[in-house]
Amino acid sequence: MSEISLPRIQHIAASGVVAAVGVWVTYVSFTQQPAQAFLFPRLIATVFVILALWTFIKACLGWSKVGSGLSARDCKRLVVGLIIACIYIFWMAKGLGFYTATAIAFFVLLSIYDPAPHTALKSWVKRIAITACFIAVMYGLFAKLLTVYTPREIFF
Amino acid sequence: MDFLFYFGDVFTPFNFGLLILGTVFGLIFGATPGLSPTMTVALAIPFTFKLEPAAGLILLGALYTSTVAGGAVSAILLRIPGAPANIATTLDGNAMAKKGEGAKALQLSFLASLVGGLFGVFLLITLTKPLSEWALIFGPSELFWLAILGVTIIGSLDSKSLVKGLLSGCIGMWLATIGFDDMLGAQRFVFHPALGGGINIIAALIGLFAIPQVIAMFAGGRIDSAAEVIKVQKHKVTDAVKELWNRKRAAGIGTIVGSIIGLIPGVGGQIAGLVAYDQAKKFSSEKDKFGTGHSEGVIAAEAANNAMVGPSLVPLLTLSIPGSPTAAVLLGGLLIHGIFPGPDLFINHADVAWTFINSMLIGQILMCVFGIFVAGLAAKVAQVPKHVMAAIVLALAVFGSYSVQSSMSDVYVMATLGVMMYFLERFGFSAAPLVLGLILGPIAEENFAIGSMIANASDGLAPYFLTGRLNLILIAMVIASIVYSGWMEVRSRRYTSKEEIMQ
Repeated sequence: MSEISLPRIQHIAASGVVAAVGVWVTYVSFTQQPAQAFLFPRLIATVFVILALWTFIKACLGWSKVGSGLSARDCKRLVVGLIIACIYIFWMAKGLGFYTATAIAFFVLLSIYDPAPHTALKSWVKRIAITACFIAVMYGLFAKLLTVYTPREIFF
Repeated sequence: MDFLFYFGDVFTPFNFGLLILGTVFGLIFGATPGLSPTMTVALAIPFTFKLEPAAGLILLGALYTSTVAGGAVSAILLRIPGAPANIATTLDGNAMAKKGEGAKALQLSFLASLVGGLFGVFLLITLTKPLSEWALIFGPSELFWLAILGVTIIGSLDSKSLVKGLLSGCIGMWLATIGFDDMLGAQRFVFHPALGGGINIIAALIGLFAIPQVIAMFAGGRIDSAAEVIKVQKHKVTDAVKELWNRKRAAGIGTIVGSIIGLIPGVGGQIAGLVAYDQAKKFSSEKDKFGTGHSEGVIAAEAANNAMVGPSLVPLLTLSIPGSPTAAVLLGGLLIHGIFPGPDLFINHADVAWTFINSMLIGQILMCVFGIFVAGLAAKVAQVPKHVMAAIVLALAVFGSYSVQSSMSDVYVMATLGVMMYFLERFGFSAAPLVLGLILGPIAEENFAIGSMIANASDGLAPYFLTGRLNLILIAMVIASIVYSGWMEVRSRRYTSKEEIMQ
């Protein structure tokens, strides 16, 4: 038996997760009460689970040809940004306040993904200036123009 | 001629100012690779909360119109299409710029966009009213099938894989059922407290369209992404007008192809541009020049992608079925103001509907005028490095989704859906049918529930939903869209090697 390729394993995993969600949705739709409230979800869940299992079986058989999956290089590049984005959204925004958190996350993301050498002082000054300008614009737009009251834990 | 009565509303200082603002920013955002028209409109929705419905829609409509046209700037000067709709423009536009005809290519692209755009909006004006009157005969069963048709048509035509497209639509429809059931008040699929109130459409739209782009930019890594802008020489606008007149056949082909494609739900500007380019080449006496910097290629492609804008809104305004992802986002913009498009729109909110449509007509002219003068600035902005753009879009997505209801739950939902969509897209799933499912799900469910009650009091469920001329036509269309897409997929697979299939 030939070795299973990485994209094929990824396809199996992705379609497996979708199929598991489909099975759970179907189970809940057909077991929860009141039944009348789940009439439409039952209709959707039936089609959902059929298509999801079909996709999963196709992936297991190696017939999934649409979607290139994720390369190791892509994963390595995006993982840092994704972690920072998640910390920013799920913890910092509420914990530190929107503007402080945004300034920190914005500056960190800029510093990590900026192709300019990290040893150059000029590039750090540029990043600080871009961050300051951006936060000023966001504050002007959301706090002053749209008067959106965002969580403000520290500073502003 | 109802629309003529509401022209004055477009020219109030505030509305006209918004129209100009939307046009200029749309041109700049459109020229920025990675900022698609759908994403731009989705990110702009929070800025319309405080505005009157008509003013909010004017801003969103102007952004939609000008982002599509603005994409030509980066296509011509940077060889990077600003949006998928501008792919065909790159073929000849960039070659013209390299030959020193960049200014001419830009002027022709905006003039052709104006011709196509005006015709598209005229089509919108002429078709919307009679179609909305005709739509009054639709009952709950027909509206249910219409919502299903909207999801299946986008699921089958917009995705490379029919099954994954339809599955994306199902996921969207399931997501729409999360929260409280409207009829009985029962909780459904609330597996986290953040989902107690259901999934907010605007937050979901922002997440589904913006976050995958942000992650894709992260995946690009530390690469100097600033492309080189080709310098342009001066060119007289009057000469460009003469050139367009001499190439009227290409403009005509682009306009007609774009308008027809715009009317078909699910078929986007990318297809319109490419089909128009291909047809213009077939009918041209200078076929050999296409691809080498021939003006007809730019004219046909740009006329088509802007001609598509107006007709793509016809199904939304008449039947409340968004025919494209951008139309779905616009529907979100309407819903937050308590306006539900459909047959009643021109009776209950005629002022809002006609002011919006009229603004799109004026917006086309402004797009052309500003486009010619803002193109240079737009090209400079298009050079904003990807890592800066990613950080900006991420912050805008967080602030935008929070400002919908001042709720952190919306931000969490936005982020979760966005991350999920990025990974799903890597495996062939598509955001467009998922969004359509999310938006059309409640419409389908509501009409299914009303239809069930009527059916239980009369002949039963099956006869009510599966008989009747209109029901049968809609069911046939659902089946036809699936069969056609399946057939196309099988046909294209014939040309795919076994190794590719087996990976």
